[in-house]
Amino acid sequence: MSRVPLRPLARILEARSKGENPDAIERENLRLRHEEMRDRARQRAEGRLVVLGVFFFCAFTVVGTRMGLMAASAPEEPRSFVSTSEITAQRSDIVDRNGKILATNLQTHSLYAQPPLMVDPEGAAAALAATFPDLEEEKLLKLFTGKRKFVWIKKVLSPEQQQMVHDIGEPGLLFGPREMRLYPNGALASHVLGGYGFGREGVYAAEVIGTAGVEKQFDEFLRDPAENGKPLQLSLDLTIQSAVEEILYGGMKLLNAKGAAAVLMDAYTGEIVSMASLPDFDPNDRPVPLLQGDPSDSPLFNRAVQGVYELGSTFKIFAAAQAMELGLLGPNSLVDADAPMKWGKYTIKEFENHDYGPYLSVTDVIVKSSNIGTANMALMIGQERQKQFLESLGFFEPTKVELFEAPYAKPLLPPKWSEINTITISYGHGLSASPLHLAAAYATVTNGGTKVTPTLVKKDYRIPGPRVISRETSIAARNMLRAVVTRGTASFGEVPGYMVAGKTGTADKPKPRGGYYDDKVIATFASVFPVNDPKYVLVVSLDEPVETSGSKPKRTAGWTAVPVAAEIIRRTAPLLGLAPAIEPAPADALTEG
Amino acid sequence: MKSLAFVLSILAVMGLAFWAYGENYKTQRALSEVQNLQRQIGALRETRTVLKAEWAYLNRPDRLRDLANLNFERLELVPLAPAQFGRVEQVAFPRSEPLFELIEDPVNVAALLPPAEEPQP
Repeated sequence: MSRVPLRPLARILEARSKGENPDAIERENLRLRHEEMRDRARQRAEGRLVVLGVFFFCAFTVVGTRMGLMAASAPEEPRSFVSTSEITAQRSDIVDRNGKILATNLQTHSLYAQPPLMVDPEGAAAALAATFPDLEEEKLLKLFTGKRKFVWIKKVLSPEQQQMVHDIGEPGLLFGPREMRLYPNGALASHVLGGYGFGREGVYAAEVIGTAGVEKQFDEFLRDPAENGKPLQLSLDLTIQSAVEEILYGGMKLLNAKGAAAVLMDAYTGEIVSMASLPDFDPNDRPVPLLQGDPSDSPLFNRAVQGVYELGSTFKIFAAAQAMELGLLGPNSLVDADAPMKWGKYTIKEFENHDYGPYLSVTDVIVKSSNIGTANMALMIGQERQKQFLESLGFFEPTKVELFEAPYAKPLLPPKWSEINTITISYGHGLSASPLHLAAAYATVTNGGTKVTPTLVKKDYRIPGPRVISRETSIAARNMLRAVVTRGTASFGEVPGYMVAGKTGTADKPKPRGGYYDDKVIATFASVFPVNDPKYVLVVSLDEPVETSGSKPKRTAGWTAVPVAAEIIRRTAPLLGLAPAIEPAPADALTEG
Repeated sequence: MKSLAFVLSILAVMGLAFWAYGENYKTQRALSEVQNLQRQIGALRETRTVLKAEWAYLNRPDRLRDLANLNFERLELVPLAPAQFGRVEQVAFPRSEPLFELIEDPVNVAALLPPAEEPQP
């Protein structure tokens, strides 16, 4: 690079000769040089800015184009890699505790029509009406000849029906793929499973949504693609459920009952192995709910969970257990049982006006099912403590079982808990709860005293709940319940080898307008087996049973619910893997003082 | 020298172009094969779910119970009863020595038996 000298000799000499200051020339040249340097620097900076600008422009153009392309192009399945996911249906299966299928999916087709494409609407309407008895020819013809361009005809077709529609040969009748839910076991466990329906529907697909039971409760889980088609495993056992429903149905018919419910539950984990409610329905073809009348008359009504009834004398063991827990009484302490008992304006009587008085031991109060003995125990316990205890057993709130219907089945409590309520509730009148509540409470009282929360989901581990009563009280209560079967009201409940313990309960049904029916009862048997090491709790409840083999009709639970429960235990205990055992002799027979 | 390099590089470009062309088609073929296989896998999975559903339907407890009742004479199946449980102690140990001595040089005595009676017509 050639530099202009700051003091060119020629100009300096010339300036000197003219008498000017040569320094001005130097300053002038310096200024010019600086200007030149500045211009060059600016130019370079500008050039860099342009390059940078072009670079950014290109980068943003690329990103923008890519985004635009991705937004505008149709989605496409990746072809270059093999996915490991196994999702084949939009809804997971439901299986029982052994992995047997309770609900699964099938690919079928729906039928729709496009009237503008139709060649022979009259013929098509006639042929469709002949194929499907539930379709009417006039209505179809009206739809086909009207202004509509699109008509749904059937939501789900079987392959045979599809072939029949194919054979009509009408180009305006078209099929869309559909996924449907299938319950292969029919009405088995129908109240637990619930049912399904279609949500948003399109030609190529439709949403399958649960409408009741676990299908609705676990709807989100069953439809979650992140679960990768993992089935929902329930605690139910299909074989046992089937046996329970068969025996319960037989018992219901033999005893002329209107309905029946049974709950078989693990006494420690609260897992429901079987839950039945009769009459039942087929979830593949779920009936429509009743729009008027009593909803409990509908087969959709789950008596085991939604049916809140006064459960009668089955409650007596709670008063006895609490009295023992508080140290007020022992199993052999004597209680006043002088009948009838007067309380204010009320008179409390025993069943069929018996008199077991003047005194009964606590065990005999339970064995003979004495209302008055229990009432006196409840008065010793007092209102507040009774309320607290029943609350800790879960009688104050709906069960937490994983059914959509469960939170709506709230127990019915007296609006004002007075002394007379304390008395009647101690023997099971004035407080209505579901058979499931009772099963959970019996499990809590007999399993050693830890709280049990009923569940329908299979548990792989066992977390003991909070302690409600002591182990000793629990064992004493168990022995009382065993005495009810060996020498009390539930003598038909003895199943050789399984040491059944339990308590009967017969409660008159309340009339819808107050008061009680004389000849309509709810007979309940709450049992636990085997008594020396409780494994399962079984509650059987029959609605309006009557046993007519004798000279006069018998309605008590001992004649109705107990034989049914005994038969259920005889059939299901071997299936549950319980081997029959010889009852150990009471160890305290000689040592007890 | 320079022109030789030029010609060689042109030839190399042409060769690479042919190779890339071939690879492209091979990739397309492999992709469509994968797609085809995936479609087959999907169809097989669908078939499997149908078969599973059918298996569950054929094994539903009601049907098995009816079949057991229908074929009772042949199968003699009854529900599991408590009496069918056994204990290990109840099962006899196998004998250490054989129940019968080994039979050596047998003698045929069938001819000594009285003649069987003719069945009445």
